Amino acid sequence: MRWMWIDRIVELEPGLRLVAVKNVSLAEEHLHDHFAADAEHGESALPVMPASLIIEGMAQTAGILVGHTGQFKEKVILAKISRAELSRDAGPGMTLRYTATMERFDPLGASTSGVVELLDFANPRAGFVEIGRIDLMFSHIDQNMAGVEFPEHNFVFSDSFRTLLRTSGIQADF
Amino acid sequence: MTRDEVYDKVRQVLVDALSVDEDEVTPTATLTTDLGAESIDFLDIVFKLEQTFGFKIAQGELFPENVAQDPRYVKDGRVTAEGIAALKERMPHADFSAWEKNPEITKVGEIFTVDAVVKFVERKLSATAAAH
Repeated sequence: MRWMWIDRIVELEPGLRLVAVKNVSLAEEHLHDHFAADAEHGESALPVMPASLIIEGMAQTAGILVGHTGQFKEKVILAKISRAELSRDAGPGMTLRYTATMERFDPLGASTSGVVELLDFANPRAGFVEIGRIDLMFSHIDQNMAGVEFPEHNFVFSDSFRTLLRTSGIQADF
Repeated sequence: MTRDEVYDKVRQVLVDALSVDEDEVTPTATLTTDLGAESIDFLDIVFKLEQTFGFKIAQGELFPENVAQDPRYVKDGRVTAEGIAALKERMPHADFSAWEKNPEITKVGEIFTVDAVVKFVERKLSATAAAH
């Protein structure tokens, strides 16, 4: 089971751009630990989506874009977080929207730029508001790790990713 | 484009790609030891140079690949004369004089200096200009 940090792909321009959404829910276990109430310091609980997992959400969004561009033949691994800036927290009942744009695609890897937006249902008329930017680099590991062999099957784009693509209406025969 | 202009742009590429301070980027600084570049950073540098200067860099053109894995080129941890000749042919932009006195493969990163990148860009720009 792969931990998925996006719920649905809502737009795909092959090779150029992929948009995905993530609904933040109080049913998610990690929200209760981040941040849990701290009785000793008199702090009540503040459930927010950890920024590291927002980066993972963008990495999955951009990673699918990169994988799709290479017909899912390459094993696409997040290699570098070139930039990550987030200006506000995402809490339960909010929706994150990740837009990943391909900057460069090469036999060795790819670079993407990304925008993170937030829809707060407490203020729905504001719509999706930009809360940050995350730029990433991916490596096609079979092309890069000279002398290191990886399994034949594409363990990066596993069943969870196939399910996500299928339920988002994206054809992917691999 | 003058050498200073090329140098300033290369420095900005390295500052962005490697998250280093401007004053750390000196002509003799090595990308790996001094500026902390790892394998994926080389791809990042190639992408950013292409974007900045508007030319295309072929795979292995700036940073040769597969030298360390070739038994003809490396023997007992040292790069052979054949290997050094191959590197020089592939990297006319680099200065080998210090490293080739003791050509250990683990220290081959010493030839990847900021100056080598600047010279590489200058050669590419003049080749592009000549082609037009």
